[in-house]
Order: sequence, then C-alpha cells, then structure tokens
Amino acid sequence: MRPSLSLRPGILRALALLCACAAWLIIAGHVTQAFGNPSGTTNIFRPLSQPAQEVQELSLLVIAICTVIFLVVAGLLAYTIIRFRQRAGDEASEPPQIYGSNQIEMAWTVLPILIVFVLILVTSRSIANIQNREASPDALRATVIGHQWWWEIRYPKLGIVTANELHVPASDASGRRPTFLKLESADVAHSFWVPQLAGKTDLIPNRENLMWIEPTEIGTYLGNCAEYCGTQHARMLIRVVVQTPEEFERWVGEQQQAAAEEASAAEGRVVFFANSCVNCHTIRGTTAQGMFGPDLTHMMSRQTLASGAAPNTPAGLRAWVRDPQAVKVGCLMPNMQMTDEEVDKIVAYLQTLK
Amino acid sequence: MASQEIALIDERQPGTSFVERLHGLVITVDHKKLGLMYVGTALGFLLVAGLMALAIRMQLAVPNNTLLEPDVFNRFFTMHGTAMVFLVGMPIIAGLGNYLVPLMIGTRDMAFPRLNAFGYWMFLFGGLLLYFSYLGAPGLAGHGSAPDVGWFAYAPLTGRAFSRGHGTDYWILSLLLTSVGSTVSAINVLATVFALRCRGMTLMRMPLFVWLMVVTNFMILLALPALSASQVMLLIDRYLGGHFFDTQAGGSAVIWQHFFWIFGHPEVYILIIPAFACVSEIVPVFSRKPIFGYPVMVGATVMIGLISVSVWAHHMFSVGMTSVGNTFFAISTFLVAVPTGIKIFNWLGTMYGGKIRLELPMIFCLGFLFQFLIAGLTGVMLAVVPFNWQLTDSYFVVAHFHYTLVGGFLSGMFAGFYYWYPKTSGRLLDRRLGFWHFWLFFIGFHLTFDTMHFPGLLGMPRRVYTYDAGRGWETLNFITSLGALIQAAGVLCLVVNILRSWKKGKVAGNDPWDAWTLEWATTSPPPDYNFETLPVVRSRRPLWDLKHPEDPDWKYD
Ligand code: HEC
Ligand SMILES: [Cu+2]
Ligand SMILES: [Cu+2]
Repeated sequence: MRPSLSLRPGILRALALLCACAAWLIIAGHVTQAFGNPSGTTNIFRPLSQPAQEVQELSLLVIAICTVIFLVVAGLLAYTIIRFRQRAGDEASEPPQIYGSNQIEMAWTVLPILIVFVLILVTSRSIANIQNREASPDALRATVIGHQWWWEIRYPKLGIVTANELHVPASDASGRRPTFLKLESADVAHSFWVPQLAGKTDLIPNRENLMWIEPTEIGTYLGNCAEYCGTQHARMLIRVVVQTPEEFERWVGEQQQAAAEEASAAEGRVVFFANSCVNCHTIRGTTAQGMFGPDLTHMMSRQTLASGAAPNTPAGLRAWVRDPQAVKVGCLMPNMQMTDEEVDKIVAYLQTLK
Repeated sequence: MASQEIALIDERQPGTSFVERLHGLVITVDHKKLGLMYVGTALGFLLVAGLMALAIRMQLAVPNNTLLEPDVFNRFFTMHGTAMVFLVGMPIIAGLGNYLVPLMIGTRDMAFPRLNAFGYWMFLFGGLLLYFSYLGAPGLAGHGSAPDVGWFAYAPLTGRAFSRGHGTDYWILSLLLTSVGSTVSAINVLATVFALRCRGMTLMRMPLFVWLMVVTNFMILLALPALSASQVMLLIDRYLGGHFFDTQAGGSAVIWQHFFWIFGHPEVYILIIPAFACVSEIVPVFSRKPIFGYPVMVGATVMIGLISVSVWAHHMFSVGMTSVGNTFFAISTFLVAVPTGIKIFNWLGTMYGGKIRLELPMIFCLGFLFQFLIAGLTGVMLAVVPFNWQLTDSYFVVAHFHYTLVGGFLSGMFAGFYYWYPKTSGRLLDRRLGFWHFWLFFIGFHLTFDTMHFPGLLGMPRRVYTYDAGRGWETLNFITSLGALIQAAGVLCLVVNILRSWKKGKVAGNDPWDAWTLEWATTSPPPDYNFETLPVVRSRRPLWDLKHPEDPDWKYD
C-alpha cells in the first residue's frame, strides 16, 4: 500500500524543488540584468520620470505588503501540511472534530480589513496626486492620435505634425517642464505605454484622454501600444525622445520649416507626386496633403519607419517603399507595385526630407 | 413521460451497440449522463483550446518568430480565450453541478430534466458553431475566418469597418447560444436546490459545495444578460445600422467595455467559486475534520458574490475614468480580498489539527491553495490603480489571470475529477499516473506562469504576435513556452488516465474516501434513480452520523 508508493512522490518532490530552484535562478539572473540599463529599457522598475517614479514607490510598498502576507500564509499552510499530515499506522482514529471558532473567525476578518484600509489610503492618495495635476498655462502640450498601426503626433501650438516619435524637453534644476498629452484615436482603441515615463492611458475614438510626463534624463524611451488593435498590434512601437531644452528648441525649429526641395531629387519628386502617395501622406508646402498615413515632411529626422517595424536606413526605406507588406504584414499601406527604378528615385527623394 | 424514457434506457443498457448507446445519450434527460456529457465535451474543447495555447507559446518562444502569421496568431488567442471561458469553464461547472447537486441534496434528478438536456445541446452546438467559423466565415474577399477580436472583443474593433467578414458574427451567435444553455442550466440548479432537497436538509445543512453552486448560478443569471444584451446591440450595429458602439457616428467604445466587464468580472468568480466548492468538500474529508466555520464560509461566499458585481471597472483603469471613479473601483476591489482571505483561512483552519491524507484529490487542493493565494496577491497589486496603469494589458495580467484560472480553477477541477471519478465510473483513477499528472502539471504550470509575470514587468504587452530581441524578454519567454509543453504532458496523463481507468481502474466501492456527504451513500456509479429510498438527514454530514453513532454531528447542530 502506501509506504512503497510514497517513495516515488518523495523523489519527484525533490526533483520538482530542484527544477524550481534552477528556473528561479535563471529568471532572477535575467531580471537583474535588465535592471542595469538607464534609458531605453521598458522595465517599470527603472522609472526616469514622474509619474512613473511615484508609481514605482507605491508598487514597491504594495509588493512588500503582499510578500509579507504571502510568507505568513504560505508558511502557515506549509507548517499545517507537514505537522498534521497523516503518518503511517495512524489511520484508525479520527482527529478531534472542531466546527469553528467565532474569536478566530473575527481575528482573521479584522486583520485583512486593516490591511485593506491601509491599501485604500495609499492608493487613493496616489491616484489623486497623479490624475488631478493641473497643467500650467505655459506647459508643453501635444496630441497623440492612435492609428492602425502608427502614432500621429501633433503640437497644435507649435504647428508641428510628426509620427511615432514624441519629442519633449527634460526637466532639471533650472525648471520643471512637464508635457501634457491629449490622447485620441482615429480608428480603434490603442494604449500609450512608455513604462519608464508613466503608466498606460488608452487612446479611444470619440473620446479625449489626458496624461502627463515629466522626464528628467535625456534619452530615447521605448514603449508599445498596449491595447489590442488588430493585425499589427505587435508592431506599434512608440518612442519618446527626451532632449535638453536647447536641443528641443532646435528640433522644434527644424520641424517648423517647410519640406526641403533639393534639385538633386527632382526626379524622385516627380515620381512621388505622380503616384497615389499624395493621397495618404502629407508633405507640408506641397500638394501632398493626404491624412491617412504619417506626415512625411521631415521623415528623415525619425529613427525608425512604420512605428519601429524597420530602421530608418537607406536599405530599410527602400524595402519599405518597395513592399510595405513584406516589412509589416497587413499594414494599411499597400504595395504600390513600382519598378526598381521608380523605387530608387522615390527613396532618393524621401531621403532629402530631413 | 420523462420517467418512462429513463426506464427505457435503463433496460437496454447492458450489451447494447455503439449506435444504441449514442442514441441513448442523445435522448437522455438523466442528470448524471448529462453531467458527464458536459464534462466530457468540455475536456474535448480543453484539448483543442490547449493546443491553440501551445501554438501561441511556440510562436512566442523566440523573438521575431514566423511560425504563425499575425492574423493566424490573433485568431488563436481569441479562440483560445473564448473557448476556455465559454466552452471549457462554463460547461465543467454545469457538468459538476448537474452530476453532484441532486446526489448531494438527496434527490432523484434535476427539477427540469428536459430543460437540462436542452441546455447541454445549446452549449454543444454553440461550441461547434464557434469552431465552424474556421470553415464557414471566409467572408468578404477572404477577410474573416475565425474571430480575431480578442475574447473581450472591444469596440470599435468589432464594428463592420474594422472587422470585415463574419468572424465577429460567429463569435456573437455562438456565445448567445451557449449563454442560453448556461442560463437554463443555472435556473435548473437553483430550482433543484430550492425545491428538491431531501427531508431534513435545511439550507444550512447543505454541503458547502451546493451552497457555492447556488451562489455561482445566481451570478450566472445576473451577469450573462449583460453580455447577451451587448452582443445583440453589436449585431444591431453590424447589420441594422445601429450606432451603439460605432464611434464614427457618435457611439461609445467605452460603454462596450462597461457592459462586457459587468459580465466579465462576475464571470471570473462564476468560474472560481465552483473550484472553491470542490476544495470545500475535499479538504475536510482528507483532513478528517468538518469544514471550519461553515456559516462564515457561506456568508463569505455570498459576500464575494455581492461585492463582485460592483468591481467591474477595475479592468478599465486605463480608459481614463475620473479619479473618483478609479478610487471607487479600487476600494470595492480591495474589499473582495476580505471574504476571500476568510475562505483561505477557513480551509487552513480545517486542515489544522486534522490528519491530512495526501491523496491525489487533496494534493491538487493544496496546489490550488498555494496558487490561489499568489493569484489573490497579484490581484491586490492590480487593484492598486497607479500600479495597475503599469501592469494592465501587459503579460503580468496574463500571468495573473492564468494563475487564477489554471492554478486556481483548473486545479480545483482536477481535484474534483480525482475525487468524484470513482463515483461516476465505479473505479479509481490510477494513482501513479495521477501523481505524474500532478507533478508534470505543477512544474509546467510554475515554469510557465511564474515566469510570465516578469516580461510584463519588463514592458511586454499582451496579445503581441512577436517581439524584437534585446528587451530582456527572450529567455523569459522561452522558459514560459517550455513550461507549456510540460503542462501539456501532464494533461495527457490525465486524459489517458480517465480513458483507461473507466474500464480497467481499481474498483472503488461506494465510498472510497470515507466521506460524509450523500453522494457517497449510494452505489458507484449511482443507479438512474440515485437512491432506492430518499435519504433523511439530521446534520451537515449524514454519513458521519451513520459511521459514528457514538458522536454524531446532529448533537451539535
Ligand atoms: C493607402 C494609403 C497609402 C498610400 C497610397 C501610401 N502610403 Fe505610405 N503609409 C501609409 C500608412 C498607413 C503608413 C503607416 C504604416 C504603419 O506604420 O503601419 C505609411 C507609412 C509610410 C512611410 C513610413 C513613415 C514613417 O515615418 O514611419 C513611408 C516612408 C511611406 N509610407 C511612403 C510612401 C510612399 C513613398 C508612397 C507612394 C509610393 C506611399 N507611402 C503610399 C499609407 C499609404
Ligand atoms: Cu494600437
Ligand atoms: Cu475583475
């Protein structure tokens, strides 16, 4: 009966423990590795901006509370199992039949209520801190509009329209420079999530959402669309470029200029305007006024193409114009079926759009 | 009429051909057969939806994998989620309720046997219709096939502009069918419990299992209409020119989310409470003590049921509710932790001072307790709204709810299978294979779902068909996928065990676990009429009274 069989679970148990330890070592080693990076990671425990920092402090507190609860309850559970397991030869009698105890019941009702009370207090304070922040009149404002599967970014007061890369100034000792984002969507629901800067807020059609960030370190911050939005939800990356105030000013100046018109790219320009590119894309100061795709006026100032689907290199750009469907299957820019020659010319033209 | 049919099947049973047996199943109105049919069909869907999960994990095992096309992947996770909730979770509950409630309250069948059969067939055809979408929904110019809008189908992705073809229609119609099935089955369980209890079985003498089934089925009646109504509205949007969720015409995308989660959150509890129910029966029997604090357990469950209808928007903390709204739903969500905590402590209290027999049903319950504890704590983290802004829609959430549904719900169900299988078949499930199942599943589960929390903390959103290397996600995802394979091996052990033991298992006898509730008072498997003479009970543990005339429970009742 039992003794011969109980050996096997014993061995299995030991094996399981070993496996678990090994797995945890691997996981732990891996996670700490990811803790090392300054900017450019998407680790929520590496915040470099408000409100992500406040969120992190609160998170650590909550994790600590939960860990303590876990250790206590799991400890009790383990103790109970080991202490009160049935031993061989002890099957005959039944243990004392206890039906309950009102005092004990009270104790383990009140204790959780107290913990919950603390959690409610810290949570509601933090919600208010983050959500009820008022924008000062001179604060930078940008509008982020979600599209299947790219981000349109507008600075209404500065007259800038760009895509997929949000530029903001860093705060430092000389001043706080929060950026207030208005979030909207042109089609389905999306969600703006750059973990080092803030938690996520959804972009929902026919609705305006607000969020703010106040980064303190310059760098490029990465994030994903975090609400499932269709085929290419996975390739809808957002970048936030945090710059010194001076660099940011310079970037604004550049973006405000009209599109370049270099003579060397005249041929490509003709091909571009002869194709239906103009129906979907805007190049400011030209007849290209399409609104369906990203604004291309200064597209060469961006690091990636199509929301991070390809690097913005000559080869990447060529592959994209040749056949966007090969780079980002199912994206809403069709294959324009152009000859190699035409592609070369258009790419040459696009590359002048600095 | 109904009783005539039962008698007919009974006479023909021995030595009938396959076709006749099949015919017997098709026309049956017997609660036990229907219960087994529910569970069996659900296990079939579990295998299919589980294979889809495996494919999903294989695709995500390495970065930039091209095993599954984006659209194929999106259909897989939609079908996986939808099937697991509506074609696995709900019917297992219905099956358990069907099989066990009449036995436990000492009656001969459900209150409405024909309605019961109707419910099963609605579920079966609804499920088949959902999967038929793979063949039947090629839709406009090849767009469509199975639904690919995610199991909560957020508007306006489901609108005609964004969801062409008929995938979404199949999703709506098949779930409407299964919802009809779930609704009638819930009405049936409630009517049975309130009208057909045997003599002496007052409400407060019912086994906890029955109590929890009552709460779950009440919640089904409360929650499902919200889903069905919004699905009908969506159909109106899609085909009759409505604009409920059509944002281009002034409709609201957020209102869909509210409707869906008014159903969706209680649904989580609808699934987990039956797991509580199994655990509440098994833990006492294998600790050799009555459940600790029975009235408090009943009260806590009712509280959970009540509170859980007011927490739905905690799935929506990132949609931009006001700070007041967010705070309200945070508070109500925290409150659920109190009765849930009470339950865990009461199970502990039951074990404390007992003689714990580490048999298979109990081991799965212990797994349940540890896993549910962790799931509860990550749930608390998710209720902390600012933390939630980071965690929601990331892999952390995916890990959290798989912890509740696989580590909690499914473990509880596995415990139940090992516990009641001997009652249904007259034979025990094989012990060795059972332990293989447990350990493989346990190790696989923890490899997969412990690990899965971390990519979420490292910024990995859910529902992405692939990801780039270099963000610290690769190793973690690889381990996660590895664990999925091990879990699959575990489930395979269970399936083999169930099939093999049905005819070849060790004969169990009427009461293999030395248990106390009425289902163990009849033969295994029970006859069509369940009990020769209807039992009369004087306490919560009628079989204890019988076995211990010197110290019966009714003395303290
Ligand atoms: C039917 C509308 C449509 C047409 C026509 C079209 N595009 Fe696009 N284009 C898009 C969309 C939509 C995107 C964004 C795709 C994504 O990220 O998913 C895009 C993205 C791009 C990008 C990347 C922009 C960035 O910064 O990420 C370039 C470059 C581009 N298109 C060039 C062209 C050229 C050149 C043509 C003409 C040969 C063209 N497009 C024609 C819709 C169109
Ligand atoms: Cu998106
Ligand atoms: Cu919920």
